[in-house]
Amino acid sequence: MRQFPSLAMEVEGVDKIRQDFPILQRQINQKPLVYLDNAATSQKPTLVLQVLDDYYRCHNANVHRGVHTLSEEATASYEHARLRIARFINAASYKEVIFTRGTTESINLVAHTWGRTNLRPGDEVLITAMEHHSNIVPWQILQAQLGFTLRHISVTPDGLLDLSELDSLLTERTKLLSLVHVSNVLGTINPVPELVAAARRVGAIVLVDGAQSVPHMPVDVQALDVDFLAFSSHKLCGPTGVGVLYGKRALLEEMPPFLGGGDMIREVKLSGSQWNTLPYKFEAGTPAIAQAIGMGAAVDYLTAIGMDWVHEHEQQLTRYAYERLGQIAGLRMLGPGPEARGGLIAFTLGDIHPHDLSAALDHEGIAIRAGHHCAQPVHDHFGVVASARASFYLYNTPDEIDQLVVGLEKARKLLAF
Amino acid sequence: MEALYREAIIDHYKHPRYKGHLADPDIHYHDHNPFCGDDITVELKVEDGIVIDAAFDGRGCAISQATASMLMEEVVGKSLADLKQLDKAYILELLGIEIGPVRLKCALLPLKVLKAGIWGLDEWPE
Ligand SMILES: Cc1ncc(COP(=O)(O)O)c(C=O)c1O
Repeated sequence: MRQFPSLAMEVEGVDKIRQDFPILQRQINQKPLVYLDNAATSQKPTLVLQVLDDYYRCHNANVHRGVHTLSEEATASYEHARLRIARFINAASYKEVIFTRGTTESINLVAHTWGRTNLRPGDEVLITAMEHHSNIVPWQILQAQLGFTLRHISVTPDGLLDLSELDSLLTERTKLLSLVHVSNVLGTINPVPELVAAARRVGAIVLVDGAQSVPHMPVDVQALDVDFLAFSSHKLCGPTGVGVLYGKRALLEEMPPFLGGGDMIREVKLSGSQWNTLPYKFEAGTPAIAQAIGMGAAVDYLTAIGMDWVHEHEQQLTRYAYERLGQIAGLRMLGPGPEARGGLIAFTLGDIHPHDLSAALDHEGIAIRAGHHCAQPVHDHFGVVASARASFYLYNTPDEIDQLVVGLEKARKLLAF
Repeated sequence: MEALYREAIIDHYKHPRYKGHLADPDIHYHDHNPFCGDDITVELKVEDGIVIDAAFDGRGCAISQATASMLMEEVVGKSLADLKQLDKAYILELLGIEIGPVRLKCALLPLKVLKAGIWGLDEWPE
């Protein structure tokens, strides 16, 4: 019944990958865990867990400070993680990789530093109607203080960006285009190269929210030519509490610091201070050392598997899920067809509230997300209050999608009117 | 999956009692939970401090809607003074299932709306 030829050939590979993730052995409500909430956060492989354990057991110390052995080891590991992450996204230099708390803080950093120094009344910031709240609210807060204009590219009924109005939205007044690479609700993979080219024509810079792209597909900041890229460790097999802001060096050099404190200064006098060089200028205080090292290990893990493989695997799963979910009566998927989407599908099922769907699936050991996924405007756009969302990663299998379908059919029987 | 919600909850959800509106309510109150979109309106007809008729309207998850229906069954015939005493424990007993912190909000919304209406509040005090 299932048509999944090419993936069936890879099942052995996926089985091996699954063994790297101890949590996948768990039972939930006496059923094997089927984890389909990867867009919220991913699970962590043993490699990452071991690196965290080893760091705290054997190398724990503060970084960039002591001249004792442990501090030197911790600093070397922390900086080595930065180098590998820089390579992972093909940054021109490690100086362009700033550790933050995650995507949200990365975007806020740009708003507070670049935004505050560059935006004036009359200027425009262009976002899209499919942004996560973390790429809407920082600009709204700043707009209230600085008085620039915040505009957005709207979304077509198919869940794509409506580029027909681009010429009137992206003008000489536009100073920044800030957009999501892969929507965490619609799954849409936005045409970043085309939009970067359009932004260049009017002299705007481009920030890309890579929270849902960097973990799932090869992302090359130089090939894309983006000015800023924000992403989180916890969605790419790494620990929570850390993420990255990539920024082009020339822009970062011009920007004032974000937070003030230790590590971000070269020299402090009571009469005034001088900032440290990149990337430390933006890393005030003791950073999330273990987490950054863990993120480095996560990137090693993904690199070893190959981001092309991860992307292709998810594409196949998504095509299969799209077809299977489409056969469920009353199920409505949000967003474009499987050709243009990343590895996630948000949907509604009749009048059943997504919370009930999620609770019913949890009963079968299946974890999905229910709610507005921190993207209320795009839900408003499609006239739904909330949706359910299944999101895939390298360790998911077609069999798990079959289980999701069975679970949804059961939920429909129980809860549909 | 059948063990998920008690049969009574499913029954109230699919066949809500007291759903609709009253012709001329003495108390009318509405609130919603933006996090999940649960939305409840409660209307009461009151005579000498006793609820003589009730209605709710709304949409949302099975927990919020079933709780509202169960609660309306309970309020008719009770005094406003008694209804002011109802609390979380009362609602949990009515539901008769274990409920996590996230769904608790859904379960408590109908009571919140009822009590805010009775106290005559414009807004629920934070
Ligand atoms: C598209 C998108 N942007 C931003 C974020 C925020 O990421 P974080 O919570 O890790 O800062 C998320 C994750 O929820 C997301 O999916």
